[in-house]
Amino acid sequence: MPLLWLILIVLVLGAAGYVAGRQRAMSSAGGDPRHLHSLPVYYGSNVALFATVPALLVLVVWLIAQPMYIDRTVAGEIPAADIPQGSTLGLVMSDVRRVAEGLDLAISQGVMTAEEEGALVAGESGIREKLAQVGVALGSDVSPITLASARHYRDMTATGNLVRDVLVLLLAVGGFGYAFSKTNRDFRARNTVEHAIKLSLILSASIAILTTVGIVLSLVFNTVEFFRLYPAAEFFLGTTWSPSFGGGSSLGVLPLLWGTLYISFIALAVAVPIGLFAAIYLSEYASPKVRAFAKPLLEVLAGIPTIVYGLFALLTVGPLLVSAFGDGGLFGVNWMSGASSVSTAGLVMGIMLIPFVSSLSDDIINAVPQAMRDGSFGLGATKSETVKQVVMPAALPGIVGAILLAASRAIGETMIVVLGAGAAARLSMNPLEAMTTVTAKIVSQLTGDADFASPEALVAFALGMSLFVMTLCLNVLALYIVRKYREQYD
Amino acid sequence: MYDNPNLERKVAQNETKISARNVQVFYGDSQAIKDVNIEIEARTVTAFIGPSGCGKSTFLRCLNRMNDTIDICRVEGEINLDGENIYDKRVDPVQLRAKVGMVFQKPNPFPKSIYDNIAYGPRIHGLAKNKADLDEIVEKALRRGAIWNEVKDRLHAPGTGLSGGQQQRLCIARAVATEPEVLLMDEPCSALDPIATSQVEELIDELREQYAVVIVTHSMQQAARVSQKTAFFHLGNLVEYGDTGQIFTNPKDPRTESYITGRIG
Ligand SMILES: Nc1ncnc2c1ncn2[C@@H]1O[C@H](COP(=O)(O)OP(=O)(O)OP(=O)(O)O)[C@@H](O)[C@H]1O
Ligand SMILES: [Mg+2]
Repeated sequence: MPLLWLILIVLVLGAAGYVAGRQRAMSSAGGDPRHLHSLPVYYGSNVALFATVPALLVLVVWLIAQPMYIDRTVAGEIPAADIPQGSTLGLVMSDVRRVAEGLDLAISQGVMTAEEEGALVAGESGIREKLAQVGVALGSDVSPITLASARHYRDMTATGNLVRDVLVLLLAVGGFGYAFSKTNRDFRARNTVEHAIKLSLILSASIAILTTVGIVLSLVFNTVEFFRLYPAAEFFLGTTWSPSFGGGSSLGVLPLLWGTLYISFIALAVAVPIGLFAAIYLSEYASPKVRAFAKPLLEVLAGIPTIVYGLFALLTVGPLLVSAFGDGGLFGVNWMSGASSVSTAGLVMGIMLIPFVSSLSDDIINAVPQAMRDGSFGLGATKSETVKQVVMPAALPGIVGAILLAASRAIGETMIVVLGAGAAARLSMNPLEAMTTVTAKIVSQLTGDADFASPEALVAFALGMSLFVMTLCLNVLALYIVRKYREQYD
Repeated sequence: MYDNPNLERKVAQNETKISARNVQVFYGDSQAIKDVNIEIEARTVTAFIGPSGCGKSTFLRCLNRMNDTIDICRVEGEINLDGENIYDKRVDPVQLRAKVGMVFQKPNPFPKSIYDNIAYGPRIHGLAKNKADLDEIVEKALRRGAIWNEVKDRLHAPGTGLSGGQQQRLCIARAVATEPEVLLMDEPCSALDPIATSQVEELIDELREQYAVVIVTHSMQQAARVSQKTAFFHLGNLVEYGDTGQIFTNPKDPRTESYITGRIG
């Protein structure tokens, strides 16, 4: 039975369960919902949940586990001697899967019948051509062991699917029957549904957490792999970055870290004062009308994709800086040779971060109780005195938190760097020179035909890991500060 | 304020400090204060009483233009402080608030040290010539706020760490430290226990020697204890205004009588 049908049947059972459960509850109460423990919907939902959830859960687990199990079993049956020279068990298994899949397709598309399939003999009856007809291209002729394994594979899959279908349907019907039989006027259906809701919430939360853990683990494993191929000391302390895929590259992280920090620093130097002042204006000075209009406008900036900022850096800010500091420019100096520079990327990144800083700070400033301001005004302080001496000190921890969050965004930013700062890894103090950052290099190490086992590609994971640790520390620090600040008012 | 003994003598017993003429206050379209006329006397404690929502706080906040901070609030009429209309365009509300201090219903110390809380006003108004001067002002204000003995050993601890009653006295001391001429208090004792309340009441009585004090209160006993004049507000109107003794023993308006005896409110 196709999977889609199976799922549909379970869902239809669930819907029927809803109606039946509801009706049974109503009739057990003599048609008067006031005699029921819970509202009729809960009885219906309860039966529907019992009919669908266990069945679908088993289905999901089965779908994940069955191919893994069959793979393992079939692979275990291939003798090591039958693996051709220069190949691996993994490659043979992928052939086996392809052939099995191809045979399935061929039969379902009518290219051959099940009997013809049974009569196939490896090497002679043109299996390769037959499979090519249904769109499965094989690199070589099918060897006897591959065909045998593929057959076994298909048999096991067919049996597995049958067992699966029966089990799932049994569970659905059983769940339906169980919940239906328990439905009567005193059954606490509401509590069961409450429980189900709680479980589904827990499930969502764990998916989010598990994904994060998974990402971190994959970073960690690849990083460890990298350090097995490349000395950690050279990575962390090396001052040159010149990867070459032919080997003999120096992969020192320092120039990249320097570029990251330098650009982030310039970005924050732009974003923090402007964002903060904008927030102060919006929350303390602006009339409600101006605020209602200016705040969303400022936040539109946050919705612009960073690639657009990158274009802005490349096409507008860079040339503008060159026309000021470049050869024959406004200042008559020649400090800048190309449009790509640390300042270009830093300035544009700063503009990108303004709404980030301003809207977070605005929320924090608004959280300072009005009573504080009233107290200050009541003593004859002006607005700016109040802001400077009462509101800001009270909001400062939160604002520092906002700045640290902005910093971790700056460190992680990629597109603006790629387009605005250039690609040269350099350790230099000159803000008008091209440099690059950790993120931009991660991109360039992984794009193109990289061999994923070489240190030149794996270094991307080590870079990602360093970045992750950096931003994690910043975020933890920011959260810690923000939390401490919250305690003051709550 | 006046050091000149001649001037001192000329100050009549019942000199008017603040006089309000035809004051109307609107929040958007709704009118919160209707045509209020009142003369508040110097060196007197004036109590505002009335049922909740009748506009006591609103009127009190008109007296130092704190309503300016509320966007939808509009004030009409004339309020004169020492004969000068405080709603005149030439008057700087910031300057005015230094002269007419305010203590709020909920204690609102700044998240600063006790010392800095008190020194806040004197610092922004440049009242101290040097550090020693400032120390003196702070000590004097804290003594007048009847809290000096409790905090003298921890002047640099945060003001928010004090108890509610201590915080309120700190706020009173803070208001006193800027040497205002009028002190407005909006239910200053509503968050305090009876002991702290009586301390604050004693303090109010002392302040009367120098300032005009206006206090909003929901406690009839408190109004009777601390004030010399009482104004009764009802639904935005000033119903009756007179000597406290007279208001409480022999009110002229039936509404005042029913409020005082607990029949409306
Ligand atoms: N910020 C505001 N915006 C709109 N309306 C307000 C505002 N403040 C007060 N009001 C309205 O003005 C009227 C008077 O309020 P006010 O706070 O002056 O009353 P009150 O006499 O001080 O009451 P309470 O004794 O409860 O403190 C009320 O009807 C209130 O709803
Ligand atoms: Mg009030």
